[in-house]
Amino acid sequence: MDNVLDVVGIEKKYPGVIANRDVALTVKAGSIHAIIGENGAGKSTLMKILYGLIRPDAGHIKAFGKDVELKSPQDAIALGIGMVHQHFKLADNATVLENVILGSEPTRMGFIINFDQARKKLVEIAEHYGLEIDPDESLSNLGVGERQRVEIAKVLFRGAKILILDEPTAVLVPQEVEELFSNLRELVKRGLTVLFISHKLDEVLSIADEITIMRQGATVASRTPKSTNKVELAELMVGGELPKPRAGATKSTGESLISIKNASYMRQDGRQVLNNLSLELKGGEILGLAGVEGNGQSELIELIMGLVKPSGGTVEILGLDATKTLTKDIRNAGVAYIPQDRQRDGLLMSAPLWENRVLGHQFASPMANNAWVNKGEAIEDSKRVVSEFDVRTPGINVLASALSGGNQQKFIVGRELSGSPKVILAAQPTRGVDVGAQAIIWDHLMKARSEGAGILLISADLDELFSLSDRIAVIYSGSIVATLDPNKTTPEQLGLAMTGAKSA
Amino acid sequence: MTKNRIFWAVAAPVAAILNSLLFIYIILKIRGVDPLSMFSLMISYGFDPRNLVSELNQTIAYYLAGVAAAIGFKMLLFNIGIDGQYRMGAFFGAVVGGAVALPPVLHVLLIVITAMIAGGLWAAIAGYLKVRRGVNEVISNIMLNFIAAAVISYLLLPSMLGTLPEGSQTAQTFPIPASGQMPTIKAFDGEIYSFLFVAIFVGIAYWVMLNKTVFGFNLKATGLSFRAARASGVNAPRMIFVTTVLSGAIAGLVGIGTLLSDTHKYSMAFPAGYAFTGLALALLGRNHPVGIFFAAFLWSFLERSAPVLEFEGVPPEIVIVMQGTIVLSIVIAYEVVARINLRQQQRAVGSVSAEAQPIKESN
Repeated sequence: MDNVLDVVGIEKKYPGVIANRDVALTVKAGSIHAIIGENGAGKSTLMKILYGLIRPDAGHIKAFGKDVELKSPQDAIALGIGMVHQHFKLADNATVLENVILGSEPTRMGFIINFDQARKKLVEIAEHYGLEIDPDESLSNLGVGERQRVEIAKVLFRGAKILILDEPTAVLVPQEVEELFSNLRELVKRGLTVLFISHKLDEVLSIADEITIMRQGATVASRTPKSTNKVELAELMVGGELPKPRAGATKSTGESLISIKNASYMRQDGRQVLNNLSLELKGGEILGLAGVEGNGQSELIELIMGLVKPSGGTVEILGLDATKTLTKDIRNAGVAYIPQDRQRDGLLMSAPLWENRVLGHQFASPMANNAWVNKGEAIEDSKRVVSEFDVRTPGINVLASALSGGNQQKFIVGRELSGSPKVILAAQPTRGVDVGAQAIIWDHLMKARSEGAGILLISADLDELFSLSDRIAVIYSGSIVATLDPNKTTPEQLGLAMTGAKSA
Repeated sequence: MTKNRIFWAVAAPVAAILNSLLFIYIILKIRGVDPLSMFSLMISYGFDPRNLVSELNQTIAYYLAGVAAAIGFKMLLFNIGIDGQYRMGAFFGAVVGGAVALPPVLHVLLIVITAMIAGGLWAAIAGYLKVRRGVNEVISNIMLNFIAAAVISYLLLPSMLGTLPEGSQTAQTFPIPASGQMPTIKAFDGEIYSFLFVAIFVGIAYWVMLNKTVFGFNLKATGLSFRAARASGVNAPRMIFVTTVLSGAIAGLVGIGTLLSDTHKYSMAFPAGYAFTGLALALLGRNHPVGIFFAAFLWSFLERSAPVLEFEGVPPEIVIVMQGTIVLSIVIAYEVVARINLRQQQRAVGSVSAEAQPIKESN
């Protein structure tokens, strides 16, 4: 079998962060090639490089045996490389056919769209590859799985020979996953090649012909499903290294700060995102929450913050009933919140830094004197946060949007740790920050713990979870499926629990 | 830094006005009249003391409409319902004022508060529909403007709350007695409404509320980011509702200066169109109380001095063209200034930061 893609030595650096290094990838024609890795392992960066969205700093890409330089997605499409994004890029109020041809319409006389020709071509493609789609159906009538098929048809319509699918199963329910897989098998039978990103080990083992594992920006191993198993893949994904020694021993105060019993929550779209979840956080401990993104972590935080009401169960925080208490009163009781989506939930992007210092603290002293904002104090304390957390900014009057993401994060962490909070909800507290800032943030979290605060740490970085947590709870499908002792657990066992496997 | 900020804040509106003048200059030139003599004619007429007084009185109404719009803008609300809210305020203020007899100051106070409540309640309908039912406030407000006009003309019937004085063709409310009237200030052969002081007070209160109070902070925060405000503990939907009502309450005051110092009764002769003007003024004045004042005065000045052009054969509608180009230019000018500002700040941040943007995680 020929290789359709040969990638050697790809490197992509952003100042302070290495997104890709030493990436080598060989993809055989007519195969389903899976790329697996943790969040932030560099999978998406690599795919974007292959699709021409990002240009690498170094390395060679050979497509269909020829050296190529991909300057834009147009280059990639011309070569026969197409990408199906995780979030579909489709117009709801148009038909399937219109969506498929959008941007590459066959025309008559150069400006009249030739719908007949387009329909004929689409029907041919659908029949050839066994894709069930109706060209005249309105997109708004289609479910997620069908929309994904339209996206695939769109890529095929443009003549793709290599399909890149970015976490295609993340949005699908199990039956739809089966359908997708049978479609993909059909595609490779007809000679196409599929490149498939995932972090679900079961799926990868069932569909892929070859598996490449990425960790910390590099490709670390290649396996075939026959030559490996889930345990080994999990180990390769999270790295076999032992977690770093923890600084300071746990001094749990025994006081229960958060107590959640059998909490359930159903989203407006009818999806049950939390399922009889129970969890307890005590003073003086860091409780790590491990889990693949989208298993109910965000909703759990919103529940604790009193932002959403559970459909069942009890949520108690610092003696308050979170289901009946206003968010501002929960905050005032001494709850700090470092949100995962810092730009949307943690900052007023077009407000100056000092106003952002007030955000979340505007209901209590020292940022407010009753009904009045204490601007002087806000300015002084912003300066303290900037210097203590090494926020790189010329001053505290600049807009939050002018800062880089890492510096925004440092500012948020500094703000939330002000005023000795009793409970700290930290969602991805070090995501996107450089190594130095990561150490600062970790130090502060551990200091808060030694002073008796309870910290709920949600992190996709298993190293971080192992080195900081006193206990690690694993969330899967909206429930806590295991609570592990980081000293007696291997990263492999944790990785398995996170992907829903029963035991290692 | 501060000097720089003031420069950029003033630069945009000045550039917009100059751009508009240039446009008018070209139009007048094409018509074959001398633009400069037209401008000087407008200026000398507009700054004539007697005209200044009536411009000032008109400024009061425009200013309040502008502040009402600005409160909405801070929340990303497009309060195009100012027209209906102002009518409701003026009408019910007049009805209540004409129906009671109270000591002088109390009487005026009652009218003012009634007007604010009426305007606020009328806006509350749109606020409720937005927060609870997800109805876009532009659509509900446009409809509410029509409904307000219809409801008031019905209520003005002599069989309802209004009266038709002998010899008059228009229905009106019962006149407000002297105790419920506001004095005027004699100046330059004219009379300035003392409601001017209320408008000034509203401007100061607006500034203090927005910049000094927790309420104002929450309002701005909700406007800047609904999600971040909510996560910070603000009851964001409630904040949107309260802001809508507040904007409506200020809009309810728009016609009160005229009512208390001039007409002393409400009739269908009260002018329409305050919503669009208010929104334009808030835009031009950049939601700042001082900026809105200058914008309101500019508007009154242009409208007052335009008719003089007719003597020279230039249709006074040229002023509408001028106002339109100012608004269009200002939108562009602010966008340009905002971009320059952000770029300057980012450069300043870049110079102290060795660290650049980290990778965006999307996988």
